[in-house]
Amino acid sequence: MTIAEERQAEVGRDRRRKEDARLITGRTMWTDNLALPGMMHLAILRSPMAHARITHIDVTSARGLPGVFDVFTGRDVADMQGLMPCVWPVTEDTVLPDYPPLAINEVRHTGEPVAVVAARDAASALDALEAIDIDYDPLPVVLDMESALADGSPLVHADKGTNKCYTWVLDSAAAGSGGDAAQAAADAEVVVRRRYIQQRLIPAFMEPRSVVVDPTGEQITVWSATQVPHILRLLLAMSTGVAEHKIRVIAPDVGGGFGGKLQVTPEEFIAFAAARRSGRPVKFTETRSEAMLSGHHGRDQIQDVTVSATRDGTVTGISVDLKVNMGAYLGIITPGTPLLGAFMYNGIYRFPAYRFECTGVFTNTTKTDAYRGAGRPEATYAVERIMDDLAAELGMDPLEVRRRNWIEHDQFPYATAAGLTYDSGNYAAATDRAMELFGYDDLRREQRERRESGDPVQLGIGVSTYTEMCGLAPSRILGQLRYAAGGWENASVRMLPTGKVEVVTGTSPHGQGHETAWSQIAADQLGVPFEDVEVLHGDTRTAPKGLDTYGSRSLAVGGIALVNACRRVVDKARPVAAHLLECDPADLEFVDGAFRVKGTPGASKTLADCALAVFTSHDLPDGVESTLDAEATYDPEDFSYPHGTHLCATEVDTETGMVSIRSYVAVDDVGTVINPLIVEGQVHGGVAQGIAQALFEEAVYDEDGNLLTGTFVDYTIPSSADLPTFITDRTETPAPGHPLGAKGVGEAGTIASTPAVVNAVVDALRPLGVSDVRMPCTPERVWRTIQDARNGSSPAPEGGERP
Amino acid sequence: MIPAAFDYTRPTDLGAAVQALADAGEDAKVIAGGQSLMPMLRMRFAAPTMLVDLGGVAELRGVRDDGEALVIGAMTTHDEILRDPLIQQHAPLIAQATATVADRQVRHLGTFGGSLAHADPAGDLPSVATALEATFEIAGAGGRRSVPASEFFVDYLTTVLEPGEVLTSIRVPKLPGWSTHYEKFSRVAQAWALVGVAVAVHRSNGTVADARVALTNMASKPVRARAVEDALSGASATEESLASASAHAADDAEPSSDPWASADYRRHLATVLTRRALHAAGAA
Ligand SMILES: Cc1cc2nc3c(=O)[nH]c(=O)nc-3n(C[C@H](O)[C@H](O)[C@H](O)COP(=O)(O)OP(=O)(O)OC[C@H]3O[C@@H](n4cnc5c(N)ncnc54)[C@H](O)[C@@H]3O)c2cc1C
Repeated sequence: MTIAEERQAEVGRDRRRKEDARLITGRTMWTDNLALPGMMHLAILRSPMAHARITHIDVTSARGLPGVFDVFTGRDVADMQGLMPCVWPVTEDTVLPDYPPLAINEVRHTGEPVAVVAARDAASALDALEAIDIDYDPLPVVLDMESALADGSPLVHADKGTNKCYTWVLDSAAAGSGGDAAQAAADAEVVVRRRYIQQRLIPAFMEPRSVVVDPTGEQITVWSATQVPHILRLLLAMSTGVAEHKIRVIAPDVGGGFGGKLQVTPEEFIAFAAARRSGRPVKFTETRSEAMLSGHHGRDQIQDVTVSATRDGTVTGISVDLKVNMGAYLGIITPGTPLLGAFMYNGIYRFPAYRFECTGVFTNTTKTDAYRGAGRPEATYAVERIMDDLAAELGMDPLEVRRRNWIEHDQFPYATAAGLTYDSGNYAAATDRAMELFGYDDLRREQRERRESGDPVQLGIGVSTYTEMCGLAPSRILGQLRYAAGGWENASVRMLPTGKVEVVTGTSPHGQGHETAWSQIAADQLGVPFEDVEVLHGDTRTAPKGLDTYGSRSLAVGGIALVNACRRVVDKARPVAAHLLECDPADLEFVDGAFRVKGTPGASKTLADCALAVFTSHDLPDGVESTLDAEATYDPEDFSYPHGTHLCATEVDTETGMVSIRSYVAVDDVGTVINPLIVEGQVHGGVAQGIAQALFEEAVYDEDGNLLTGTFVDYTIPSSADLPTFITDRTETPAPGHPLGAKGVGEAGTIASTPAVVNAVVDALRPLGVSDVRMPCTPERVWRTIQDARNGSSPAPEGGERP
Repeated sequence: MIPAAFDYTRPTDLGAAVQALADAGEDAKVIAGGQSLMPMLRMRFAAPTMLVDLGGVAELRGVRDDGEALVIGAMTTHDEILRDPLIQQHAPLIAQATATVADRQVRHLGTFGGSLAHADPAGDLPSVATALEATFEIAGAGGRRSVPASEFFVDYLTTVLEPGEVLTSIRVPKLPGWSTHYEKFSRVAQAWALVGVAVAVHRSNGTVADARVALTNMASKPVRARAVEDALSGASATEESLASASAHAADDAEPSSDPWASADYRRHLATVLTRRALHAAGAA
């Protein structure tokens, strides 16, 4: 046998993504591409009312229409449809309202499903919806969180007696992780209080959700455009009572999620019920309008933040009073989503005291839940905005205030007042690099000139120095937070007799490029060519164990499981190789995919040789199993903490209020990079999504609870034409304790960019007396803020209706 | 979403198209590029029982030089407009505004005539046709008629076109010696205008001899900003006179409010954008 020339490491190479050809051309298994014999198409009638009692439904004439097989309402399936589960009641007394997939007596937000048609084709199903006769008795509607909490407010769930879902508190004084924030504020030389509004956002994934259920086999098979096939199987079983082993869930290729598909949905449960009821396969694919209306939304928080500091700019405490709009019902992690940010409001700074209080509120709106960054963008926004406001208050440069307070490189690991231990970071290095790429001093000079000349287009510079927690999550911590599941991840490696490799991962990619990155990792670990690795995922039959993909966890957690599984394969192959080479296993070294006898050049056996040997099993040493396959489950001990510095320069047209981004620099430290191309893609997409929150996107309801932004004409997502060229770079601090040194990059861009942009907008306008612009900073809102400042009138009340 | 069922015909000459519409009666609709009609059908906001597709009627396509004016076939696509040398030469305002319409895909299918017949107040081309004082040529079972732009647009999504009538072409007078500009303001690129301003200016001897200003999305149909035009006519071609005239841009407008722009803000935008448009058209 020959030993290949020294192989080039795969990790660190910008491999083109294996999966892209099929994903980009669409010639692949999207759920909606699936057609099964005898399959029926479902259409769902949805409530046009935000809150009403259903007084009458008559489906008889719909039943009689051509092509219609079945029409049913919530009452018809009440005892089999199950209830939608919430797996994160964050406190002992969290209010958990009943959430039937198909409404039974009452609807609580527009878009809530009330009846279902199953027909031969989708067109007949839609036609039949129009023949369903339904009457509603309107009930009072409450949309706004502060009204919902006020005495005498209409109740979203009358039986619960309150619109408050929970209040959750983290206090560093009580927890022993820091001082008393209230005391710090009382003693402080400077106190800055701000109210920031996180508007409601819509995840707007590219592929609308789709589900196919085939009840005709021994197992009921569910194909779904989901991020979480494993969680879906478990919760379908637990909620409907169908035995878990009788359900198979497949997430075929999935076109994006951003947290919007980190959900088990009423539509999935309805399709499951429809298939079981009729014994036939069914398909439901939502329209874009349905995705906007009834897929879960994100953010929607009111943040009251107080920072205390000394006159020289040293922070002494931070406290946060958060109100979070749950919507009308609880999705799987609706109450817990803000808690993912609860530990991050202190950002990268040495706040000695911290208090966080969060209240979840029910309203007659679509439920909210995880959306890219989930909790951490909100926290980062608040702390990065208020650090700028503190700098303005003290007349300091915003970077100077940050430098004075951030954790120094030699202070890691650093225990924060929020109770986390940050593993690593070099904030100064990332910031210096960002300033250099940005041309910070030149831009400040230009800003001065424009201010002095009264240029109608003002220049603003925004800073965001962020860190985030990645790698969801240590199961022990999840348990402490009352989350119902763990945070481990699983991988297995199957060595085929020809030496080719199948990697099975419990993560569930939906556009991230796991097939490429996992192949690179396995190729290096096993010393096989990149092309020889196939990555399998997203089917509970082939990948039976896993906790899926969200929270920048797949590489940070699942990547370690893969490394461990690969190492086990090598360990299992070692005695086989030793036997073939007639030597002691201890004399072998594993290099570039082959076991070599130390000190005996030429004597070696590849992993493929070992795979074939166990396949034939003609001659194995005693006690050696006839397989090299191995599995590993990894439960992280702690989170990992990517960080970075983003700088944004905006030009604000004071005559029209239009904001345009002049330049944007992102220097991120995401630990060791497996594939720079993929990381770059995640940063670009993430930054774009964060900019979208800052400037463009908002879900708006009218006073009756109708969604006004139900199409892409109204819900304005920016395109590349609206965005600048991103200048990106990285510093690399490997994650300690991670065999790959990787930290996670899926959300960093989104977390970092929003405050950088809004800080830049506000910075441009501070000389005009502006200290806040609500997101999204639309032209009208910016213009009005300027008018108000010029007229000396107080800014429009925060949290009020948009203009 | 899926439209309700409808019949479909694709005639190859105008006579047959008019006949097909007459035969099908009130519930028939013309389909041109389908870029506005299809979304309405798919959302089931409209449910015509018969669609008469004008895509096969060759005589409705293309741009022709007719001496004093250009004649633009109603079925000429936005993309064809952008590539047409006659348009570039004699009606650059149309090309400039068309370039801001939607995206490439929409411009390949959407038509000049469809945009005008659809009469969306946020559409860019109705105000352009208004500023250029175009004439609309219409054919129906009862014969042909010509309607000036000032009368063609009636209200939100409503024109003088009667059921059964087809917009066949648009006559656009050439404006030798004039300069033009379209100033569009939208929240994101490739989107409908919050406000747009189409201007045409004729200068002579340091004064503005004649000016036309038409506004997009400042009422339920395009409006001429007559107060600006009057203030400019004969005024010296200076930034000051542009600014003071532009302050009247919204005098005749009745803009609506929506979550993306209130009426007040639209009024303000109209003044700023009018000044900028006039400036860009070289009125000062
Ligand atoms: C995503 C998107 C973005 C857009 N953005 C813009 C924009 O920024 N600015 C803008 O101006 N437009 C925009 N549009 C609209 C676009 O310009 C359409 O092409 C145009 O409004 C309609 O042209 P059409 O040929 O597609 O007409 P259709 O959709 O086929 O028809 C529209 C209406 O006009 C009638 N009609 C069409 N032709 C005739 C005729 N010859 N005689 C009688 N009646 C007729 C039809 O019956 C129908 O009622 C956008 C469209 C889309 C889909």
